[in-house]
Amino acid sequence: MKIVATFKRVPTTEAQAKVGGDGKTLDPAGWQYMASFYDEIAVEAALQTKEKHGGDVTVLTLGPSEASKEVREFLARGADSGVILKDADPAARDPRWTAKALAAKVQALGADVVFTGRVATDRDNAAVGPMLATYLGWACVTEVVALEISGAAGTAQRETEHGVETVAFSLPAVITCNKGLNEPRRPNLKGIMAAKSKPIAEESPSDAGAQAVVLSVELPPARKAGRIVGEGLAGVPALVDALKNEAKIL
Amino acid sequence: MQPFRQLDYVRLDDSLSNEEKLARDTVRDWVSERFLPLVAEHFEAGTFPMEVVPELADLGVFGPTIPEEYGGPGLNNVAAGLIYQEMERGDSGLRSFVSVQGGLVMYPIFAYGSEEQKRRWLPLMAKGQAIGCFGLTEPDFGSNPGGMLTTAKKDGTGWVLNGRKMWITNGTVADVAVVWARAEGKIRGFLVEQGTKGFSAPEQKHKWSLRASVTSELVLEDVKVPGSALLPNGEGLKAPLGCLTQARYGIAWGALGAALACFDEGLSYAKQRIVFDKPLAGFQIPQQKLANIATQITLGQLMALHLGRLKDDGKLTPAMVSMGKRNNVHLALETARVVRDLMGANGISLEYQVGRHLCNLESVITYEGTHDIHTLAIGQELTGIQAFR
Ligand SMILES: Cc1cc2nc3c(=O)[nH]c(=O)nc-3n(C[C@H](O)[C@H](O)[C@H](O)COP(=O)(O)OP(=O)(O)OC[C@H]3O[C@@H](n4cnc5c(N)ncnc54)[C@H](O)[C@@H]3O)c2cc1C
Repeated sequence: MKIVATFKRVPTTEAQAKVGGDGKTLDPAGWQYMASFYDEIAVEAALQTKEKHGGDVTVLTLGPSEASKEVREFLARGADSGVILKDADPAARDPRWTAKALAAKVQALGADVVFTGRVATDRDNAAVGPMLATYLGWACVTEVVALEISGAAGTAQRETEHGVETVAFSLPAVITCNKGLNEPRRPNLKGIMAAKSKPIAEESPSDAGAQAVVLSVELPPARKAGRIVGEGLAGVPALVDALKNEAKIL
Repeated sequence: MQPFRQLDYVRLDDSLSNEEKLARDTVRDWVSERFLPLVAEHFEAGTFPMEVVPELADLGVFGPTIPEEYGGPGLNNVAAGLIYQEMERGDSGLRSFVSVQGGLVMYPIFAYGSEEQKRRWLPLMAKGQAIGCFGLTEPDFGSNPGGMLTTAKKDGTGWVLNGRKMWITNGTVADVAVVWARAEGKIRGFLVEQGTKGFSAPEQKHKWSLRASVTSELVLEDVKVPGSALLPNGEGLKAPLGCLTQARYGIAWGALGAALACFDEGLSYAKQRIVFDKPLAGFQIPQQKLANIATQITLGQLMALHLGRLKDDGKLTPAMVSMGKRNNVHLALETARVVRDLMGANGISLEYQVGRHLCNLESVITYEGTHDIHTLAIGQELTGIQAFR
């Protein structure tokens, strides 16, 4: 089976958001990067699929050359090859552009199944996975928490607000992975050494046409400091009064 | 506990390869997630968490530079150093366990052992399925191991060992001991297996340092071993000293790990602790202390990295390693003392890391050549005059 897992290199959760000088982008000074949390789960799903059904895993990203660090880590965990669609300005890409560029490469790789994260933790669009499936004309199952593949078909469980939904699908398919599907493994030192000889290709993405452009970025207004209206039982009347007359929520 | 933030004042990270960083970060994450939650309890109880041994083996930290054909991952020396740094950021006891297994037992088997000894022990030890210890020090001979009294006498095709070793890390839990003994006038190494008649390894209790590490006496009373127990390719004091050079190189890195843990803890404590209505870190005296230890740590990092590159190029000498071990353990101990003080009463609580590191480092400055013995080694290198005796 030809298995592809896509990932996005995103700022770590400690990165501070500060609007850049152009008013349109965030200032990346001092940021560290990582593979998006849900994409780690996608790569693990790809590795487990390979272990069960054979085949090989390619990790694919649209991003800067520096993403080779994350690619190496996935190769150390057991992926077979990596492809970086090298993009000078990945932060400017919208989900449709990203999905179309990824779709072209997935097609060229001849994949049977693609795993993506449910959402990238930086932009929060949760759009690339479904759009990728649309471009490919494949089945798509989103927010998957349990997965079973056999032959050219599979079943998956999705966790929704209304409960757990079990769906059947046939391959080829795009699966977007949610927390709970698996625990991403740690690489080990042997894997890190073995990864040295695995191939990472850097290519230009195929041009995916027009895209939405960010006009401005504003941070949410700073929250006002809280106020302590009193302590213990004695404070309750003042609190009720404030909720009724100031906040007007009682 | 908040996530560890490593001091990297002069961007040394930029001079590490992706593999080196990945090796370090992999071990760092493991130590944070799996080891740090356990260590304080084990330190108080005076035990080593043996349950982590299979996980250490899965990570591949035993003998990190041993080539793949003998079951190791074949890392370079900088990556290995970074691993020791991360281990000791956890606890000097953890790094000691790993150093002894890799540097003091797997290394001599690899460097001085027969093909048969290598094939038998190295893969088992890399998998953590056999634990080793290194017996050089004796009750009356520590800094001067050349005076050792333990003997090996030829007995047909085999040998009979008699003597006592002290302060031997992992002795009680070891499956195999590398025992150094005087044999026909020369110092030779023997592989003595646990369970051999006449051989025992009682634990030494009541340590207040390196508590999360097993330390033992080795007692050898007419212990008969076959000829195949002798390490055939190393003789004289230079054989055990060659092992120590390996382990001391690891300590030069490891001590930095303890220092980095203390610095990180002290810095964030000083920023959060309010005294006289403002953060402790906002006063000049604490800032001077932080500036001093940050500078010392940075110099130590430069030294360790450079020694690692030299080792990979085959240019590292024992005298250089002496300087690295001496300097970096000393700066780590100094860092721990300064941070301990900065943290006031909390600094003596095992709820924090600094007290544990401080106690541990008092062993690290003594073992693998005391601070002053390395002073004399550097002195001899500089002057050409040996002042040991
Ligand atoms: C926790 C722990 C674990 C250990 N693990 C091991 C192990 O696994 N295997 C092993 O073989 N050993 C081990 N050791 C032993 C360690 O290597 C020795 O303790 C060390 O070499 C010092 O020897 P000593 O204790 O006999 O001190 P001594 O040699 O008696 O030294 C006492 C003091 O005298 C100073 N001194 C000695 N000679 C001179 C000199 N010529 N000039 C000036 N000053 C001098 C020393 O610097 C020191 O300050 C361990 C020790 C500890 C504490």
